[in-house]
Amino acid sequence: MRYSGWQLLRQAFQGNRGWKAHWRRPDPRPEYDVVIVGGGGHGLATAYYLARQHDVGRIAVLEKGALGLGNVGRNTTVVRSTYMLPGNGAFYSFSLGLWKGLAQELNYNVMFSPRGVISLFHSDGQRDAFARMGNAMAIRGDQAVLLGRAELRRLVPWLDYDNTRFPIFGALLQPDAGTARHDAVVWGYARAADRLGVDLIENCEVTGFDIAGGRVCAVETTRGRIAAGRVGIAVAGHSSRLAAMAGFRLPIESHVLQAFVTEGLKPVMDHVISYGMGHFYISQSDKGGLVFGGDLDGYASYAQRGNLPLVEHVMEAGMTLMPMLGRARVLRSWGGVMDMSADGSPIIDRAPVGGLYLNAGWCYGGFKAIPGSGVAFAHLLARDEPHPVAACYRLDRFATGHLIDEEGTGAFHNRH
Amino acid sequence: MRIPCPFCGDRDLREFHVMGGAEWLARPAPNAGAAAWDAYLHQRANPAGRTRELWLHEAGCGAWLMVERDTVTHAVHAVVPARGAAS
Repeated sequence: MRYSGWQLLRQAFQGNRGWKAHWRRPDPRPEYDVVIVGGGGHGLATAYYLARQHDVGRIAVLEKGALGLGNVGRNTTVVRSTYMLPGNGAFYSFSLGLWKGLAQELNYNVMFSPRGVISLFHSDGQRDAFARMGNAMAIRGDQAVLLGRAELRRLVPWLDYDNTRFPIFGALLQPDAGTARHDAVVWGYARAADRLGVDLIENCEVTGFDIAGGRVCAVETTRGRIAAGRVGIAVAGHSSRLAAMAGFRLPIESHVLQAFVTEGLKPVMDHVISYGMGHFYISQSDKGGLVFGGDLDGYASYAQRGNLPLVEHVMEAGMTLMPMLGRARVLRSWGGVMDMSADGSPIIDRAPVGGLYLNAGWCYGGFKAIPGSGVAFAHLLARDEPHPVAACYRLDRFATGHLIDEEGTGAFHNRH
Repeated sequence: MRIPCPFCGDRDLREFHVMGGAEWLARPAPNAGAAAWDAYLHQRANPAGRTRELWLHEAGCGAWLMVERDTVTHAVHAVVPARGAAS
């Protein structure tokens, strides 16, 4: 169904009873040219760009539950490209560019809100590091503004600037970054892919791969065997489990990341703000809730919930930064399972099995990457060669030493 | 999550520091080659279910422990000193 002012008016007069489901509910066919495992943001975007930009025949997306109930429905919706290293910079910049036109591309309001992302710094050394990052961003054409303390204070007067331990020296502002509505991204891509003939198959969990002569020829699922010419895996959080089914290991460990939302408040926070001395970031949703998150719990986990010490730690970080937060009541908290790669950067590459392709290792950063990752993974699946902006996201970079360690924390999966 | 330290008894999660999977004990020889070192440093079994990990009782007795734990339920099954435990 197309959306237009005319449709809205027409439906209004019919009691809004004429709206149809966003996508069909097809049964799986016995065979597809391309099967994408995972109906989250990345899988759906990949299916959409495959159908839209390439000619690969029949495409299916297999989702073990319902569309959009995995990490894409559990994140804090920040979209930015504050990355410095070659390999990351071009990719996230490309993805941010796609976000700006996404609502028009999908004819679906994804509520992309470029409200500005403020990354705080708290020392002279950190200012130098952020100035360097800002310069790297400006050189490749992204917007970046280094704000001094006085300028920042005019934008956000209510931070604890004179905190004894971590005073605020200033911030790096990316004015055209912001947030988007995560569910709308799922629904928009799903509807657009469905309209292009992609079969979105829900409640269909992959249980194994049929590999013959070193090449994948089918996937075994809870809804039967589905033959496939090529298979793309986009199941961040559970990539290792699918890799194990196909007989290889990944440089990935699964970890739980918690997020929180307060009760709805009147508008109080215009930007996305991230704390430079603790892993804490916060923004206000369009419904008014303050959405915030912190660090990983730290231990390997496949549970979509964390433990209380981290809850306490995140609250402490928030209160240190903005004492007014203590007046808000937390409505709920939840956890999502992250693919933590050994260098903190993703993998978009061929798997060691013929016909099998990998989109994994997104760590905390998967949401903002959805459009860029979709284009790049579709390109890889269709042409068997990497998209130029994602060419550094190789699976073998760990063996060859070409790591993209943005945080510089070394080969520890839980420290990125 | 609480971890029963064999020396100190049942203790709160925040007394401990997690190092990672038991693979950390199987350190390859310095000349073992790039593939062995890549496997040791980066590649992980990352099981959904029972796993064995190295934990440090940092704010307690300071002992390195081998913790057998479930990554899906967060249940802790067995804790023994890491010294002498197989990787």
